[in-house]
Amino acid sequence: MHLARVMGTVVASTITPGLEGTRLLILQPLDRRLEPRGENIVAADAVDMAGPDELVYFVASREAAVAMPETFVPIDHAVVGIVDQIHEVEP
Amino acid sequence: MKIGRVTGAVVSTIHHPIVTGHRLLMVDLLAFDGEATGDYVLAMDTVGAGAGETVLILDEGNGARQVLDEPEAPIRAVIVGVVDEVSVGD
Repeated sequence: MHLARVMGTVVASTITPGLEGTRLLILQPLDRRLEPRGENIVAADAVDMAGPDELVYFVASREAAVAMPETFVPIDHAVVGIVDQIHEVEP
Repeated sequence: MKIGRVTGAVVSTIHHPIVTGHRLLMVDLLAFDGEATGDYVLAMDTVGAGAGETVLILDEGNGARQVLDEPEAPIRAVIVGVVDEVSVGD
């Protein structure tokens, strides 16, 4: 799992079967210092509560497909949690 | 598997049900000389790893589901060991 910031949402009224009603989010993946890393991705919202500007963590590939309430839907990234806080520890 | 150092803990109230009751740790990945690679992963703890400890990370979904005994867990990275020592070469 990796961290990402929710940048926006995607609405697609015509969508492949299994994804009707699924919230789609635009994510900016982040590095460990919460700086942007890599390109934006579109992810399904498996917790159904993530909104713009929130810090979230997401999974990819098969893990994303089983994260949704109805498993094995055709998605490649899914948000599985919203971060309240990260307790950093000193080395 | 990979080697990493626990650098933080993620607190999250709203999450997938599989996360409930497990600790989610922020782990910096290490090269075998002990230097940080700059990459990281959020891994689920299964062994009671603590802050600052060097850990062994399984980063593969089917293995993770087996470790967690959850056939449909959306988890790929789990901490499966606490490393005492790494010895490379001479």
